[in-house]
Amino acid sequence: MFTAIFSSVEAGAIYALMALGVYLSFRILDFPDLTVDGSFVTGASVAAIMIVSGANPFIATMVALVAGFMAGCMTGLLHTKGGINPLLSGILMMIALYSINLRIMGKSNVPLLSEETVITKFSDFWTNLNIDQTIGSLFASIGLADYTPKTWGILLFMIILAFSIKGLIDAFLKTDIGLALRATGDNETMIRSFSANTDTLKVIGLGLSNALVAFAGALIAQYNGFSDVGMGIGMIIIGLASVIIGEAIFGAKNIVRATFAVIGGAIVYRIIVTLALRVEFLETGDMKLITAIIVVSALVVPKLVNQQKERQRKKKRLLESALRQNNSLEKSGEQLAAAKSDL
Amino acid sequence: MNSLLQLNQIYKVFNEGTPDEKIAINHVNLSLNKGDFVTVIGSNGAGKSTLMNLISGKMFPDIGQVKVDSQDVTTMKEHKRSRLIGRVFQDPMAGTAPSMTIEENLAIAYSRASSRGLSRGVTKKRREFYIEKLESLHLGLENRLQAKVGLLSGGERQALSLLMATFTDPKILLLDEHTAALDPSRAELITNLTRDIVNETNLTTLMVTHNMQQALDLGNRLIMMDSGQIIFEANEEEKSKLTVEKLLEEFQRIRGSKMSSDRSVLV
Repeated sequence: MFTAIFSSVEAGAIYALMALGVYLSFRILDFPDLTVDGSFVTGASVAAIMIVSGANPFIATMVALVAGFMAGCMTGLLHTKGGINPLLSGILMMIALYSINLRIMGKSNVPLLSEETVITKFSDFWTNLNIDQTIGSLFASIGLADYTPKTWGILLFMIILAFSIKGLIDAFLKTDIGLALRATGDNETMIRSFSANTDTLKVIGLGLSNALVAFAGALIAQYNGFSDVGMGIGMIIIGLASVIIGEAIFGAKNIVRATFAVIGGAIVYRIIVTLALRVEFLETGDMKLITAIIVVSALVVPKLVNQQKERQRKKKRLLESALRQNNSLEKSGEQLAAAKSDL
Repeated sequence: MNSLLQLNQIYKVFNEGTPDEKIAINHVNLSLNKGDFVTVIGSNGAGKSTLMNLISGKMFPDIGQVKVDSQDVTTMKEHKRSRLIGRVFQDPMAGTAPSMTIEENLAIAYSRASSRGLSRGVTKKRREFYIEKLESLHLGLENRLQAKVGLLSGGERQALSLLMATFTDPKILLLDEHTAALDPSRAELITNLTRDIVNETNLTTLMVTHNMQQALDLGNRLIMMDSGQIIFEANEEEKSKLTVEKLLEEFQRIRGSKMSSDRSVLV
């Protein structure tokens, strides 16, 4: 149980990068970008095929990121220059990428199990530090030996990576370009009257968003040990789920808080899915349905809670005003009585 | 002649070749000298807003030439042209980004004239400048730098829009019925603010308004538009003698004579 949750946090931290990408397009640019389903696999397949052909895994991951950036830019160009509706340009790009991904890999699945990847490289480096043994013996000494995961390294690496990317995004969104990007999603008329080219900003924004998504795809391929042409299906919903769950739990008062919420949401989402899959009658195939239900409840439950609160507030107010009326009646009664006794 | 804005023979037609064809702007010439503050009045559909859109670059004229500070900007795109032109819209929601803070909105306006890079939008130095500018509004906004603009009232947002449109010193300021959506007291506040800011910065300004009194109170020149043409023009001296009654009379006289001439054609 513990190890299952542990590995879901690990994976959650990687998916957080993808969720940050979705946050950029969905929340900052207000552009529901379905390219994500394709660009996630693009990242995975570019990294996988390069690693298999003997490239340095770090370089392979970087190239995957650039490939994602280009895919996002294409969606942006379809929308801004081609005048195609945002949803449709994303869907078109997603479909196109399916074939492109197959072409990149040459087949539908590329295994990476015996290859040297970013993950194995880091694991080796981590093992040499001997920290796991220290923590392991610490856990064993307090009788928690059964709850010790194999390694803390990957988790730490992923969390640090997710938070550094979050830091970069936070800083970027406060620069002059970043502010213009946010205004593009907020009020296009306004930002155009302040000499910003909204077309270019949208293309850049979608590029960055999909670069992050592809980066996450490349890492997931290396983490899971394979790249598969179908691994991106429903990715946009997972991203949205992370953003929405995160905002519901952690709030989105400002950018720093919102990006933190996205990372938190991605991890919470993974944990929920892991727990759900342990329920007896649920199968792996039910995952997409579970995801849909999670997103729907994350969207609906906060509203219901608010409505309930509002109703209670109303009731209280009604009660208070009734009490006040009673009091004033009693008071006037007393005054009458006092007046009478004066007579 | 140092004219900052020049419109030469501007002509714009909508839905050309269809039964809905409408000539929005019919060979308009207009020239604004440096420091001119021109108020534009006219009935609905007279072409005032179209004129604004043609100057700001939201639309391009079918014929004619737009020049800003002797530079031909006729086909320059809106976002490029807006480096030279500040604009305040009628809708108080249109000029600011609601989910961003006051200081972030100001930062966006601040970087209007330069090309945007990766430097921070709100620095300590810049924040001091924002505070100084906000103080001139006397609305207490300088104490609410971190507040989201969506929380401000319409009047406050319009005051902020006005500040944002003017503080980078554009060549031309376009005010498009910017007080029309506000209640009378707020409208007066914005009117006074407009007068102060334009006087202080000596901005070359073109203001469209429905309010004749406002058109007379503000600015040094006045033009009246009807059916896509400038039908009446008053220079500084003439404008100082005008009253709302005289303006209405003038409007009636020109329109009346025009209508009768139309009728005579029909008869």
